[in-house]
Amino acid sequence: MARVIATRLLRLVATLLAVTFLTFSMLELLPGDPVDTLLPPDANRTEELVAQIRAELNLDDPFFVRYFSWLGDFVRGDLGKSYITGQTVADTIADRLPITLQLAMMSIGMALLIAVPLGILGAYKQGKWPDTVTSAGVQVALSVPNFIFGIFLIWLMAVQLQWLPATGWNRLTDQGLVANLKTSVLPASALALSQLAVFSRLVRSDMIATLQENYVLTARSKGLPDKYILFRHALRPSSLSLMTIVGINFGALLGGTVIIETMFAVPGLGFRLINAINSRDILVIQGITVFIATAYVVINTVVDLLYSALDPRIRRS
Amino acid sequence: MASTDTAPSAPSDSSTGDPSRHAIGDAARPVPQGHKPKRQPLWKIFRSMPIVVKMASIWLTLVVVGAIYSKLDVTVFDGALPLQDPNLQLNNFNPATGEFGTVEPLSAPSASHWLGTDALARDTFSRIVHGSWVSVIVVVVSVLCGVVIGGLLGSLVGFVRKKTETIVMAVVDVVLAFPALILLLALVSIFEVRDLFIISFVIGVLSIPIYTRVARANSLAVSNREFVTAARAIGTKPTRILRREIIPNVLPTLLAYAMVAAASVIVVEGALSFLGLSVQLPTSTWGNMINQARRDIKENVWQVLFPSLSLTITVLSLNQVGDFFQKRSAFRGSAL
Repeated sequence: MARVIATRLLRLVATLLAVTFLTFSMLELLPGDPVDTLLPPDANRTEELVAQIRAELNLDDPFFVRYFSWLGDFVRGDLGKSYITGQTVADTIADRLPITLQLAMMSIGMALLIAVPLGILGAYKQGKWPDTVTSAGVQVALSVPNFIFGIFLIWLMAVQLQWLPATGWNRLTDQGLVANLKTSVLPASALALSQLAVFSRLVRSDMIATLQENYVLTARSKGLPDKYILFRHALRPSSLSLMTIVGINFGALLGGTVIIETMFAVPGLGFRLINAINSRDILVIQGITVFIATAYVVINTVVDLLYSALDPRIRRS
Repeated sequence: MASTDTAPSAPSDSSTGDPSRHAIGDAARPVPQGHKPKRQPLWKIFRSMPIVVKMASIWLTLVVVGAIYSKLDVTVFDGALPLQDPNLQLNNFNPATGEFGTVEPLSAPSASHWLGTDALARDTFSRIVHGSWVSVIVVVVSVLCGVVIGGLLGSLVGFVRKKTETIVMAVVDVVLAFPALILLLALVSIFEVRDLFIISFVIGVLSIPIYTRVARANSLAVSNREFVTAARAIGTKPTRILRREIIPNVLPTLLAYAMVAAASVIVVEGALSFLGLSVQLPTSTWGNMINQARRDIKENVWQVLFPSLSLTITVLSLNQVGDFFQKRSAFRGSAL
C-alpha cells in the first residue's frame, strides 16, 4: 500500500509540474510585450505603471526563474491580480468557487438520487421492458450535450411554464435557501442529465455481475425478500465503483460547468473564466485554469488512492 | 456534454484481460481462417446491423454528403447548386435578383424554407447543411491525428514494451490528467485561434493520449497471440511484425473507438462554438446557430430545435455505430 501511495504521489507531483508549467508558458508564448497584453487597451499607460508591472511580474528575469517564483507564489496562494478589475485572482476564486461547488454537488446529488434506483431496476428486470426502456433512455441521455438540454429546460420551465427564472443567481448566504434553489435547480439539472446516464449504466452493469454471486444465491435460497437482497446485499459492493466515478465527475465538473454557468448567468468560476476570456484578462485566465487543473489532478489522485484503500482486490494487484 | 463531465472513457486495460489466459484459450481452439480477418463488403455489414444502427449510419452518411455538397456549392460551383446561400438575408436587398426579399425573419418551417429562417432571415436548412462541414472537418482531422499518431505510438509500445512503454505511458497519463475542455478554452482564447483547421488540430493533438491508451491495450493483447509468436519464431523482423501483424489487428478496434471519440469531439466543438470561441461568424456551425437562436427562444423555439437535433442525432448516431463496431470487433477477436 505504501508503494502504491508513493508512486501515485510521485506521479501527482510530476503531473502538477507539467500542468503549472504549461499554463505558465501560455502567457510566455504570446507574441509581443506581456505588458501590452495585460493592460486593458483604454488604460492610462504611463512609464511608471509599466515599470511597476514589470517589477511585480519579474518580467526582467529569465524564464525559468520567473516560472519557479510564480510557482512559489501559487503554492502560497498568490496568483497575481487582474490589471483590468484590480481584484486579486485568489480573491476571485474564493468568491466564485462556492457557487461552482454547490452546482457540482447538487447535480451529482440529483443524478445519484435518480440513477441508483434506475440502475437497480434495470439490473433486477434485466432484459425485460423496464430495463429496455431505461437502457434506451440512458443511450439518449448520454448523447444530449448539456448545453442543449439546458436551453430546453429554460424554454420549458422559464419561458413556457414560467415557474423558475431563466438566468441569474441568488446566493445561499445572502438570500436564503428557497431563493437559492429557485436559481440553482435548472443549471444543476442541466448538469445532472449526462451524469445520471453514466451512473445508472454503471450501477446496472455492476449489479448484474453482483447478482450472479454465490452469496446472493444463498440469500435467495434463505428466502430473503428481493428488496432486502437488492439494497442490503447487492448494492454495497457496487457502490465502490460508483464512488470512484462520482469522485472523478466531481473533479471534471469544476471545469465542466463553464458552459452551463455562462448560459444561466451563474457567477461561478466557469462564468468568470469566460468573462476573462472575453476581456482578454490573461492573468485571470491563467489563474483559474491552473486552479481548476490542479484541483482536478488532486481530486483524481485522492479518488484513486481511496479506491485502492477501500477495495482490497485492487490493493493486492 | 460527455467530455466535460467525464473524460472519454477508454476501454481500459482490463479489456485485454489476462493475456496469458487468452493465449491458452486461443491455442486450444482451432484457428479457422488465419489471423487476417476476412474483409466483408460494406453492404453486408450494413445488412447485419440492427435497425437503429442502420438508421444511424444513414444519418451519418447524409451529414457527410451534405457537408461535401455544401462545400462544393461554395467553392467549385459558386452557389449554382440548388441550395440557398447560407448567409443571404432573405428580407434584404438581393443583388442577384435586384429585388428586396420578402421572407420574414424567424419564420416557421414552410415549403420554400424547410426549416424556416433565423433572426436575420437566413435559411436555416442551408445553414445547418453548411454547418455540418465544420463538424465533419473537426472529426476527420482529430480522428486522423488520434488514429495515426496515437495508434502508431500505442501499437509500438504495446509490442516493444520495456522502457519505451514506461516513458510514453507516463507522458500519456500526464496529458490525460488535464481537464481537456479547460485547456482547450485557454489555448483557443489566449492565442485567439479562429481557423477551423487549427482548432481541429488542437482538439486532435489533445485526443492523441486516449487513442494511445486504447491502441496499447489492444496491441498488448495481439502481441501475445500465437501468430505473433509464430512470426517471431521464424525470424521475422520486428518492424515487419508490427506492420503486418500488430497494426492490422489493432486498427479495427481503434476505428470503432474513434467513432465514439468522434462523438465527444463534436460536442466539444459545439461547446466552443456555443461560447463563440470557434470558427468566425458568419460561418455557421451547429453550436453557434444554437447560441444565436436561443436569444429568440420566446418567439421561435424551432430555430433552437433544428440545430440542436442535428447535433444530438449525430452524436447519438456516432455512439450507436461505434458501439456496433466495437462489439463486432470484440466478437470477431474472441472468435479467432
